[in-house]
Amino acid sequence: MTYTDKQLQMKSVEYRRRILKAIAHAGAGHTGGSLSCVDILNVLYNRVLRVDPANPTDPTRDRYIQSKGHSVEALFVVLADRGFYDQSLLETLCQYRSHFVGHPTRKVPGVEFNTGALGHGLSLGVGCALASKKDLADFRTYVLLGDGELAEGSNWEAAMSAAHYRLDNLIAIVDHNTLQITGRTRDVCSNEPLDEKWQAFGWEVRTIDGHCIAQITEALTRPSKGSPVCIIANTRKGKGVSFMEDVGKWHHGVPTDKELQMALQELDLAFAELESGVN
Amino acid sequence: MSAPAPSMFSPQASEMAKSLGLKPGKANLEQFADTLTLLARKDRRILAVTSDSRGSGKLGPYGQELPDQIVEVGIAEQNLVGVAAGLASCGKKVFAVSPACFLATRALEQIKNDVCYSDMPVALIGISAGVSYGALGTTHHSLHDFAALRAINNLSILAPGDNAESRLAIEYAARSEHPVYVRFGKAPLYDLPASESLQVGQARVLRNGSDLAFIATGETVIHALLAAEHLAVFHQIQTRVISLHTLRPLDSESILQAARQCRAVITVEEHMVHGGLGEAVAGLVLQSGLKPRFRIVGIPDEYTVTGAQADIFRHYGISMEGLSQTARQLLA
Ligand SMILES: Cc1ncc(C[n+]2csc(CCOP(=O)(O)OP(=O)(O)O)c2C)c(N)n1
Ligand SMILES: [Mg+2]
Repeated sequence: MTYTDKQLQMKSVEYRRRILKAIAHAGAGHTGGSLSCVDILNVLYNRVLRVDPANPTDPTRDRYIQSKGHSVEALFVVLADRGFYDQSLLETLCQYRSHFVGHPTRKVPGVEFNTGALGHGLSLGVGCALASKKDLADFRTYVLLGDGELAEGSNWEAAMSAAHYRLDNLIAIVDHNTLQITGRTRDVCSNEPLDEKWQAFGWEVRTIDGHCIAQITEALTRPSKGSPVCIIANTRKGKGVSFMEDVGKWHHGVPTDKELQMALQELDLAFAELESGVN
Repeated sequence: MSAPAPSMFSPQASEMAKSLGLKPGKANLEQFADTLTLLARKDRRILAVTSDSRGSGKLGPYGQELPDQIVEVGIAEQNLVGVAAGLASCGKKVFAVSPACFLATRALEQIKNDVCYSDMPVALIGISAGVSYGALGTTHHSLHDFAALRAINNLSILAPGDNAESRLAIEYAARSEHPVYVRFGKAPLYDLPASESLQVGQARVLRNGSDLAFIATGETVIHALLAAEHLAVFHQIQTRVISLHTLRPLDSESILQAARQCRAVITVEEHMVHGGLGEAVAGLVLQSGLKPRFRIVGIPDEYTVTGAQADIFRHYGISMEGLSQTARQLLA
């Protein structure tokens, strides 16, 4: 199914509502980072990735690896919407015996790897992209990274090998929300300038507004000039809910009933505005 | 302000804890942070090194009060341990603080070579150990840290079960001239009853008995204690309870005494059944020629059932009811 940008914007609002409800219901979750990356997942799963919910392990599928595994609520909500499983299963998030734990697990259809320990996804992605080359397959591999996560040295080992093998079928996306648990990434362990670092490692860099459907689409689909591509997606943690946006404590803050209602009201308003065409 | 009663997983177990007159304590992780703050105020050589983990390690107030005594390296556990060893080599007293799941294996080679082999006085603090991060899943469980670290020379290994043991462990780590690993849970628990001895390297005998001995460590000790009371009250079984907060060096004397004097020994740990407390005790007991009935209670060789720490404990019988039942089966 093809969607207009406007339809995807509306989907993003709906995803945000579902993410917040799932987290509030579970009493646990990574709110800020799920809200910052959900527009990217939206475009990936509804416009870019060649994946089939009816055949989630098709060897020719594109691979999406969520290295910042803690933002699992965004992934679980989007996979449900794409039909990998029933939406109602999200109500079991973090419960006894549920497959829906607080990080991606392969027990959930559509999830490629058991991530959650940061700094693993890019190496996994290099492996997939390399296999695609070796088999003369044409699937592409997409890896979502956190900006705080980039302090793990393994990312840079992977970045070096990706450029070495000229993996033009590998796309890394950095959710550049400038926050991690302790605070601003620039105060915790600065990794700026990010674009120059990736370029120095032999990657093509595309810097975009990570909440703009059109820019995300363009950056994810423009062909590579022969190197791996890193999309630096400038985002806001907690995006879409005024009192969560760019506020550190919402990294793993769980909304109270009242906060959930306030957030849903804001999102309902945003949805109505989109519907009526004000935006 | 008195702390609320910690969850013992069932109304019966909570009732039992009340009948023993146990006092609620704070989370051992809190006790770690409080103790370290007290020590660091007096000893300026003390440094906490963190990897985006000061909040998880309850070190927010410490960082505010002693900004010169905290070093942040970002989300980079290997770098954390290497930097800690470098600082220690220059005379700093370093506490490297990171979730146990990442610290103990992500940085295993740094622990082996830079800390232990090079003999640097680094205190490795594994926070939210075992299945403290229950519902976050296997990536966040450290059910392998005892096994991995017991296989490395020159490292003391401690798993405090209450606030007194936590304070003891941190004071010891601050004094030690050699590497120390301490793992902490984050659940508020009861303080364990007073024992004759409270020393690193010495088992704490919390209760005497000669039908059975529970040898438990960390956050499981309280459940073994409740099970012992349950066995006494309902089944006339007299159970010795040992809190083995130090896995290395192992207190062979107390363990062998229990194996000699009791008909059965049950070890209890928040760790995979391979390579942890149970196998350490089994190796010691068997090589001494003793053959008590023996059972290792821990997480079996499988990825744990999903759920919170309490769900996982209950599921694998680490609860008053579960341990009492295991004991009766073993003695039958
Ligand atoms: C190896 C590892 N170390 C530490 C953590 C704990 N942790 C979970 S999320 C997080 C902060 C991540 O920040 P960032 O990568 O910027 O993600 P985002 O802001 O998108 O949530 C940390 C330290 C982890 N999951 N894995
Ligand atoms: Mg971030």
